[in-house]
Amino acid sequence: MADLLHVSASPHIRAKADTPYLMKMVLAALAPAAVFGVVNFGPRALLILVLTVVSCVGFETMMNRLMHRPDTLGDYSAVVTGLLLGMNLPASAPWWLPIVGGAFAIIIVKMLFGGLGENIMNPALGARCFLLISFAGLMCDFSVPSGAFLQVADTVSGATPLAAVKGGESIHLLASFIGYTKGTIGETSALLLLLGGLFLAVTKVIDWRIPASYIGSFAVFVLLFGGHGFDLYYLACQLCTGGLMLGAWFMATDYVTSPITPMGRIIFGIALGVLTGLFRLFGSSAEGVSYAIIFCNLLVPLIERVTIRKAFGKGGKA
Amino acid sequence: MSREKLTFHGGIHPRGAKSLSKKVAIQQFLPQGNMIYPLSQHIGAPAVPIVEAGDYVLAGQKIAEAGGFVSAPIYASVSGKIKGLVNHLTLTGAVTTAIELENDHEYRSVEFPEPTDPKTLDKEEILRRIGEAGVVGMGGAGFPTRVKLSPREPEKMEYILVNGAECEPYLTSDYRLMLERPEEIIGGLKIVLQMFPKAKGCICIEDNKMDCIELMEHLTADEHRIEVKTLVAKYPQGGERFLIQAVTGRQINSSGLPADAGCIVNNVETMTAIYRAVVYQKPVIHRTVTVTGSAIRHPGNFDVPCGTCVNELIEAAGGFVCPPEKIVSGGPMMGFSLFNTDTPTTKTSNCILCMQKDRVTAVEQMACVNCGRCMSVCPEKLIPARLARFAEHHDSAAFQKWYGMECVECGCCTFICPSKRPLAQSIKSMRQSVLAERRKQNAKGGK
Repeated sequence: MADLLHVSASPHIRAKADTPYLMKMVLAALAPAAVFGVVNFGPRALLILVLTVVSCVGFETMMNRLMHRPDTLGDYSAVVTGLLLGMNLPASAPWWLPIVGGAFAIIIVKMLFGGLGENIMNPALGARCFLLISFAGLMCDFSVPSGAFLQVADTVSGATPLAAVKGGESIHLLASFIGYTKGTIGETSALLLLLGGLFLAVTKVIDWRIPASYIGSFAVFVLLFGGHGFDLYYLACQLCTGGLMLGAWFMATDYVTSPITPMGRIIFGIALGVLTGLFRLFGSSAEGVSYAIIFCNLLVPLIERVTIRKAFGKGGKA
Repeated sequence: MSREKLTFHGGIHPRGAKSLSKKVAIQQFLPQGNMIYPLSQHIGAPAVPIVEAGDYVLAGQKIAEAGGFVSAPIYASVSGKIKGLVNHLTLTGAVTTAIELENDHEYRSVEFPEPTDPKTLDKEEILRRIGEAGVVGMGGAGFPTRVKLSPREPEKMEYILVNGAECEPYLTSDYRLMLERPEEIIGGLKIVLQMFPKAKGCICIEDNKMDCIELMEHLTADEHRIEVKTLVAKYPQGGERFLIQAVTGRQINSSGLPADAGCIVNNVETMTAIYRAVVYQKPVIHRTVTVTGSAIRHPGNFDVPCGTCVNELIEAAGGFVCPPEKIVSGGPMMGFSLFNTDTPTTKTSNCILCMQKDRVTAVEQMACVNCGRCMSVCPEKLIPARLARFAEHHDSAAFQKWYGMECVECGCCTFICPSKRPLAQSIKSMRQSVLAERRKQNAKGGK
């Protein structure tokens, strides 16, 4: 009978926004910084980005086939992972590095834990840390490939502004803010990343609590323990360089690997800020964002457990 | 004049869709077919029939007596011959015993006594008249009003809230009632205020019905015990707990009743029923029903004798423009989808919503990404995503520890979920199973 009525439990209406829409919004917010990276570092950077995205998408499809699970490309999460991973690689990386990274991100970090929603670490960052440990030389080679638009005076071969800051050298702050400098493909433009992040916060795709508490607590940590006293120029150098903006707005806010409770998100952000500060100021490497985020990812279940909200009428605030 | 706008934490803004039927005045509707009166149109014990097959009854004549303290009697809404008891499908999808009445199309009514001035009546008589008229919560829950108006500590009642929020999309029956019969609503409220001398009356209306707010303010300008409260239009503002919190700042949880917060909440339609029951001694035999939705040719609002079949109402609204995929009794957020239209309306049916397309069955369910949207819209401040997972694993201990039993089943989480997961549905069935488990425990403890 064609005219049978549908019967289901209420509610009978749904909001328009779905998960693919949210993922596409994240892609849109990342796009300016990614495009800037390609302009900055030349066609080689584009190749890296394409390779990470294609390999992430390919490995996800392969895993779904192997595990006889329904195809999940439609949720666009693999594309986001691929783009983020690519933006976290240096443009000078050999062609196979993005593919190895994509395989690690999707197969090990994401699919073996159960796929989207079940992974305990951000796949892109998990892969980046894996590559950093395994191929330290390649991952830290920030020499500018040929054909690049970027013509930064190559005095300190391979040094990023953040490393320069750590080394006590002065950097060109405005160049770092705009992104006309060295680094991984997608992390250099603090300005475009900030705009993208604000766009996501304003459209409520991400919760402002995580980036705000992360960047805020990191700033406080740098002012307290940076050894420069209340030096706003030094603080600005720390904020605009390295992976902080990319990490705070796009990686720490990954839904799956951040706490769901509002208070938990603030605690998560503070833990990130403190750890990033510790790693950057007192660690052996100049970078600290990636390790801070994957470490805090592992704290999420604990943070959630201690921040369950009191239900309405159970003594909590109105 | 600027009005303070009251609201609550969480909630959603679904498309109102009220404009379909908002402008259409309430039309009297005379049913042509036979009438079906389910014996259970309220919370509590079913009514007990007092008529037999072949009896001739008039509109307004009692056909079933209240079956206990928490129960309500049922009256015939047209004249005709009783055909007998039948098992009939109800709007909520259950099959219950009902009285079938053969409509004689004469629409003859019993004689009602002369109107009385409520001021001359004492509290007991008012309560008796309300109970006798079969007044129940007409916003949807159907809790017997006489019981609600008999709190354990009547002197502690400080607020009588008239719920005119009508926060569900599509519904306009309360809106039309407030515009067309405001004096009955205010009259009903005055009667309740007379029973609770220390209480203040608040007529609570969402700010998408400014005309109602202005009208009510105008009509109650000289009533020092009545205030009109403006609420932000947001679902589920009409939920009892959230209405009380918005207006009084007090919070109740699942173990409390509005009376614990010094409040009595009644829907606007219930207020008109109280007014008619006390002043005219008229029983509840008809109510306002919105017939609307994209599949309806002429959406509108009807004054419908209870027991009318849904298909007659659909005909009255011009029939279908195309075959509907889904028909819902009540609003789209908490209503029940119907199996067929040969189902009677009751005292609690406020809307018949006919949808051309049922988008719910078309959406694809995806993995939960932990985005937290369900949590941010939950008016109970729960984490629906976690509760739904506990429900799927049937982890009753974790479910209760994370306040699963506080859920009011408003459906905001399911509405907002970008992965289109049936969160509210999972939580609802888990709650029911926990409640069943508790009842079993209590029964064992009692022995």
